[in-house]
Amino acid sequence: MDSIQRALLEQVAGLHGVPEGAYNIRSDGELAGRNTTANIDIVTKSDKPGIDIYIKPGTKNESMHIPVIIAKSGLKDVVYNDFHVGEDCDVTIVAGCGISNCGSQDSQHDGIHSFFVGKNARLKYIEKHYAEGDGSGERIMNPTTIIELDEGAYMEMDTTQIKGVDSTRRDTRARLAAGSTLIVREKLMTHGRQTSETDFNVDLDGEDSSANIISRGVACDDSRQVLFMKINGNSRCYGHSECDSIVMDNGYVRAIPEITANCVDASLVHEAAIGKIAGEQLTKLMTLGLTEKEAEEEIVAGFLK
Amino acid sequence: MLELRNISYAAPEENGAGKEILRGISLKVDERFVAITGPNGGGKSTLARIIAGIIEPTEGQILLDGEDITPLGVTERAKKGVSFAFQQPVRFKGITVYDLLRYASGRKISVGEACEYLARVGMCARDYVNREVNASLSGGELKRIEIATILARGTKLSIFDEPEAGIDLWSFSNLIAVFEKMYEQINGSIVIITHQERILEIADRIVVIANGAISDQGGREEMLPKLMGGMGQCARLNAV
Repeated sequence: MDSIQRALLEQVAGLHGVPEGAYNIRSDGELAGRNTTANIDIVTKSDKPGIDIYIKPGTKNESMHIPVIIAKSGLKDVVYNDFHVGEDCDVTIVAGCGISNCGSQDSQHDGIHSFFVGKNARLKYIEKHYAEGDGSGERIMNPTTIIELDEGAYMEMDTTQIKGVDSTRRDTRARLAAGSTLIVREKLMTHGRQTSETDFNVDLDGEDSSANIISRGVACDDSRQVLFMKINGNSRCYGHSECDSIVMDNGYVRAIPEITANCVDASLVHEAAIGKIAGEQLTKLMTLGLTEKEAEEEIVAGFLK
Repeated sequence: MLELRNISYAAPEENGAGKEILRGISLKVDERFVAITGPNGGGKSTLARIIAGIIEPTEGQILLDGEDITPLGVTERAKKGVSFAFQQPVRFKGITVYDLLRYASGRKISVGEACEYLARVGMCARDYVNREVNASLSGGELKRIEIATILARGTKLSIFDEPEAGIDLWSFSNLIAVFEKMYEQINGSIVIITHQERILEIADRIVVIANGAISDQGGREEMLPKLMGGMGQCARLNAV
């Protein structure tokens, strides 16, 4: 692995070298390293690019890393990763994609991640997207996340895209069985002429299922963010979605919430707010000695923390 | 030392005319503790914001240790040693109490140091230092944090805009104790806008602002009997 690849790996997975436990590192479309454990097996798909990950029922306190890094200009990488999380597991999965594109051709990664979370299992899924490089080629990432939560399952998903990705379409679909819980926290920051489209589609199918979808975005320069958030309450359930955005410069944010009650016992709430940084917030930090620019940076960093 | 020379301010109105808020305020602050009081709507908060640089006066000059700071912005004045505690503290998303104290002190402080500032305003620091300065904090908690940031700055001029307003959960005597202690320790001046008799009692000088002008001023021995008895302002002063 060269220094660019190592730097990317650190950005997306917080890794300084090969991680502990199970991992699968994909670099420029090829397998660059894999480790399985007694409880976590990784199998290469035979019909399409990607892997199947099998986590044995009852696996506790294990984590796995599946970073993807692309340092080659002009590479279009599509990968299907299916995670089969057994009953009563309690595990953490860290995924991430880093692109470094200094070339003139577009580099693109489309990761389709499917999660099948078994009964009463707990899963924490952390996903980071990062891109760099000053070439004219675009850095494109289109993550798709498909979530199926079995009865009593619990999943937390933290997804972050802070820098460098020119164009992204983020599609997340979830289906929740009885008593299951989904919590999603998305953090998004766009610069320059970047565009981002986020699409959440959550079906609360089972009794007493619940979902909390929170998105925080900052759109700077001439960047554009569009956000669809759809929650369908199909039984007695609780759903909450929240999108909170800061617009700066010529930033553009469009938020389209949709909540549907297909059952009289569904309880659904949506909150949305878009605005520039409040003048009083800037003034307060300036009275503490920060310049306007420093105050702005601190407010944005706090907002996306 | 702070000196205000002939400060006037007219708030812009839609018809182009200005609504006169302050008229020709001249004031020298070289004592350690000066209280500004007077009826609501008299222009006290506007004056405090003018000193901090948040509002630009229509006329007049502001001098700090003889230097004209009128053309300076908020940040530059803060760096020269002006601190300002808001009457209504600002809320943030994601910025913690520790962050605010760190900005205020202007350096990387330890969590222990941050906790000391909070303890000085009667807060159990461990419960608060990592809390976000957001709507989950009560008005009283925010006010105490606001005062703690001024302590952390420790500048030569500290302006407080009604520190007592909204402090409901905290026993009022603790607030007085904080200001008494600050009085002993400060190497500069405190200017405090207040309606509270107990705070007026520790002031070296009391300035009354009404209808945009200084209507009276003097030492506390002279002023307190006037304010508390018979001048008709007592009721208004207590209407916090």
